[in-house]
Amino acid sequence: MRAAGLLKNSWRAALLPVTLIVLAQVAATVTQLESDTLASPFDIARAFVSIMADGSLLGATLDTLKAAAAGCILGVGAGSLLGIVLGLSRLADDALDLTIELLRPVPVVALIPVVMMLLGFGAEMEIVIIALGLLWPSVVLARAAVKEVEPRLMEVSDVLQLGFLARLTKIVLPAILPQLFMSLKLAAGYALVVAVTVEITANPRGLGYGIMMAQQALRPAEMFAYLIWIGAIGWLISLLLNSVQRAFFPVFVKGEGR
Amino acid sequence: MVVTQLSTRPRHGEGNSTPASGEARIRIFDVTLSYGSLQIIGGISLDIAPGETICVIGPSGCGKTTLLRMLAGLARPTSGSVELDGSVLGGPNRSVAIVFQDYGKALLPWRTAAGNVSLALEARGCPGAERLAITREMLEKIGLGRHADKYPAEMSGGMQQRLQIARCLAQEPKVLLMDEPFGALDAMTRQALQDEVLGLVATTGATMVFVTHDLEEAIYLGDRIICLQPNPGRVGRIVDVRLARPRNQLLTRENPEFLRLRRELYDLIKDDHQ
Repeated sequence: MRAAGLLKNSWRAALLPVTLIVLAQVAATVTQLESDTLASPFDIARAFVSIMADGSLLGATLDTLKAAAAGCILGVGAGSLLGIVLGLSRLADDALDLTIELLRPVPVVALIPVVMMLLGFGAEMEIVIIALGLLWPSVVLARAAVKEVEPRLMEVSDVLQLGFLARLTKIVLPAILPQLFMSLKLAAGYALVVAVTVEITANPRGLGYGIMMAQQALRPAEMFAYLIWIGAIGWLISLLLNSVQRAFFPVFVKGEGR
Repeated sequence: MVVTQLSTRPRHGEGNSTPASGEARIRIFDVTLSYGSLQIIGGISLDIAPGETICVIGPSGCGKTTLLRMLAGLARPTSGSVELDGSVLGGPNRSVAIVFQDYGKALLPWRTAAGNVSLALEARGCPGAERLAITREMLEKIGLGRHADKYPAEMSGGMQQRLQIARCLAQEPKVLLMDEPFGALDAMTRQALQDEVLGLVATTGATMVFVTHDLEEAIYLGDRIICLQPNPGRVGRIVDVRLARPRNQLLTRENPEFLRLRRELYDLIKDDHQ
C-alpha cells in the first residue's frame, strides 16, 4: 500500500522534469540546434553513454567522491571533537571563542590558493580544503549540541561520580548522536560543493575538472552530462543519508512522527 | 500486614529525636548559601541519624530543594558544612543518591529500564555478570521486573519514577534524597510508591531526606518533619512524628495523632504565608 502510494506520488513529482526534458528535445529538433553552449537531451544522453563507456566519468566520480568522503570524515571528525571539548569545558570555550569567530567567516574557497601553495595539486590539497570548509560548522554544531544536553543528565553523572571518559561515552555522545548525524548530513552535501569548486578552479581531477574541460573543448552535450550526473550524485547521497537517519533517529526526522 | 496501632515509640533514641553528633549520618552545621547578595539559606543546623526519615516541608522559595542539593553535593554551602559520617561532603558522593522530581529528564532515553539501572552499577565499577543480576533484582524489587527491556518513553510516569528510584537503590546509598518525587503523579500511584519507598528504606536501612509540599505525605513518611521558613530559608520548627511503623494508608491516615499533626503543620505553614 505504502509502495503504491509512493509510486503514485513519484509520478506526480516526475511530471514536471519529464515534461521539461520532452519540451527541450522538441525545441532542439524543431530549431535544428547547432550550438557551442546548448545541447539537446538526446545529445546529452549520448554524451553521457560515451563518457560512461570509456570509464572517464566513473574515474572522475571516484576521485571526487573519495576526496569528498575523506574531507568529510576529517573535517566533521576533528570539528565535532573540538566542538565537544568546547561544549564540555567552559575554560576551553572562553579561550578559543574569539579565535573561532575570527576564522569562521573566512570563505573556504579563499583558502584554495594558500593550500595549493603548501600542498600543490592532487587529492591531498582537495581533501584539506574540504576538511577546512567543514571544520567550523562542525565545531559550532557539536558545541551547541553538547550545551543542549539535558542538565539533569549532567547532574545524574555528577551524582554517580562518572569520570570524564565515562561521562563522554555514556551520557554526552549518546545524547548528541542525532545532532552529530545531522551535522554529517549537512556536511556531505557541502563537501560535494567544495570538492567540485576546487576541481573547477584549481585541481585537475574529478568531476569539476571534467565539466570544465568539456566546456573549454566546446562540447556542451558532455558538459551537461557531467552537470546532470553531479546533481544525481548529490541527490543519491542525500537520499542515502536521509534513509539512514530515518532508520536510526526517527524522532529527529520532521513530519515523520513515529 | 499487621499494623501495631498507636505505638508512640520513635525508632531512634529514647524520646529524644535529635541524636548525639557522634552517631549522626548527616550533620548539617550552620549552613548558609547565597547567590551574590541574595541569601537563599540562612543558617541551618541539623543532625540526621542513620536510618532516620526526615521530611522537609515549607512554602515555595524557602530553600527546600536547595538544601537537598547541598546534601547531594550538587550545591556548595557559602559557609558552614555538611558532613557525611563525620567527614565533610566536598561534592557528589555515590553513597548519597538523589531522586529528582522530573523523572522524564533524569533518565537516559536511549537506554532501556535495565540499562538505566545498570548505569549506577557501571559507575561503581561493578563487573558485568554481577551487574545483570543486581539490575534484575532492583527492577524486581520496584515492580518493574517485566519491563526491563522497555525504554523510558514507553513507560508511564509512575513507572519512570519507579525506574529512577531503582537506579538510585542500585547505588546502594546510605542516604536517599528525594526532591518532591511524587509531585507529578496521580494520587493512587503516589500512595503505592509511598508504601514501596517506605518498605525499601526499611529493608535497606537507608537514611532518607524527603522534600515535599504535601503535608500528609510528610507525616505519613517521616520520623521527623522539618518546617522551613523563607527569606532566607531557615528551620522554623521540627516536629516529631510518633506514628507506628509499618504505616498503613488507611489506618495511619485515620489515626488521631495523624490528624492532630496535620492540623499543627497546616497552622504552621499558614502562618508562614501571612
